[in-house]
Amino acid sequence: MTRDELLKALYDETLVGNAPQVLALTQEGLAQDLAPEELLFDALIPSLEEVGARFERGDFFVPEMLIAGKAMAGALEVLRPLLAETGVESVGTFVMGTVKGDVHDIGKNLVDIMLEGAGFRVIDLGVQVAPEKFVAAIEEHRPDIVGFSAFLTTTMPMFKANINALEKAGLRDQVIVMVGGAPVTQEYADAVGADGYASDASAAVARAKELLACRRAAAPA
Amino acid sequence: MRTMLRSGSKEVVIGDDQPFCIIGERINPTGRKAFQEQLRQGDLSSVEVDVARQVAGGAMVLDVNMGAPLVDEVELMDRAVRLVQSLTDLPLCIDSSVIDALDAGLRAYEGKALVNSVTAEEDRLAAILPLVKRYGAAVVMLPNDETEIPEDPRRRLELVGRLVDVATGRYGLAVEDIVIDPLAMPIGADTTLVNRTLETIHLVHEKFGINMTLGASNVSFGMPDRIAIGAAFLPMAMALGLTSAIMDSRSADLVRAVKAADLLLDRDPWGANWIAAHRARQPSEGP
Repeated sequence: MTRDELLKALYDETLVGNAPQVLALTQEGLAQDLAPEELLFDALIPSLEEVGARFERGDFFVPEMLIAGKAMAGALEVLRPLLAETGVESVGTFVMGTVKGDVHDIGKNLVDIMLEGAGFRVIDLGVQVAPEKFVAAIEEHRPDIVGFSAFLTTTMPMFKANINALEKAGLRDQVIVMVGGAPVTQEYADAVGADGYASDASAAVARAKELLACRRAAAPA
Repeated sequence: MRTMLRSGSKEVVIGDDQPFCIIGERINPTGRKAFQEQLRQGDLSSVEVDVARQVAGGAMVLDVNMGAPLVDEVELMDRAVRLVQSLTDLPLCIDSSVIDALDAGLRAYEGKALVNSVTAEEDRLAAILPLVKRYGAAVVMLPNDETEIPEDPRRRLELVGRLVDVATGRYGLAVEDIVIDPLAMPIGADTTLVNRTLETIHLVHEKFGINMTLGASNVSFGMPDRIAIGAAFLPMAMALGLTSAIMDSRSADLVRAVKAADLLLDRDPWGANWIAAHRARQPSEGP
């Protein structure tokens, strides 16, 4: 297989979520001396972006998005240590959790998978995550983004409580805040002072990348 | 076991010897951007269409949920309950996670409502069950507590046992006024999830024989051809003991699947309802 054939095959197999093939092709690519970042940036990430685009158009459905994300995450496990060696940074670090008072996690877990598929390092704090726990995790992991998930109109106000806790801990400026969940809207996200909102897992990844790019462009060199 | 719901003038019974109780899900702003915007302006005009279409489709009870962000849910619930009761004589299911909104809905409601819902969290039980008792309502109870939504059906069964004990013991509700929600999950997120819901239905039916309802549309979330998925799921769940669902009663295909299951499970003696529905769809003939 030539370099281009291999990258094309890796792209195609990721698109259909064939995890064993994605892993095999990743290993074959490395054996053929392709750079880990080539596999990542010229096949895996574009493929996941295409998955996201198809989902947005209604051509792909949730399970297809999930298996593609999982296939990509499998390849990343192999690539991540190599990328670290070569000094290629992960796309970003994302601390995630369902807010205090809320035990719903299905939507949050979908977002986790898609973020990992997009190359983020995801630290999931689980459900019923109190503001002080978010603060502690942000201090420990220094993420680029923190995500708050809520499924109920009664637990959504925890977004504001979490943001207040970040402010009090002096962390608000150091981290991008994203919010989401079934009842959440852009207006609500704006009202509580979040930096970003997305209506589904695929949009969350796109928004996360966008916010990160903005933040990095604005940061002093 | 029979759970009786009532409006000012009409009674509906949920039970395993009754036709499946179709609760219309549509009066709910979740995922409806235009409706959310209207509610923020205090505009309830689209409720009228939702009521008419659901009633025409075969709803027997209507769910009323005003849970949009940045609205006064308490005031909206009061107004919505009065409005819906002025448009239909079907009993209502008053649906909110905001306790004051449940209170407002119950206060505004004429008859015996179904309250949707309470979890096995102590503070929620303590706040909601006295309301249910005071207004003489029935209540949907969910087997999840402050730590988790259990995956294991046996764990859900344990929580159902605790819910029944607490509701009947500590709060003096009649067991007939408890409707368990066995927790319907999206098949698209994990194809093992619906088996667990079905198993929970089976276990709860065997052990307690009490009525159950669930949000049927949850099952097909994120998948194409959602109605067909619901039309397969509901009859399976009905065969195992599900006696009601909060569902899209505007869909003729979905409602017909439920009615066929009623017939097949002997909840439509001599097929009278099935035949009558067929006949009603025929062009009328002269004498």
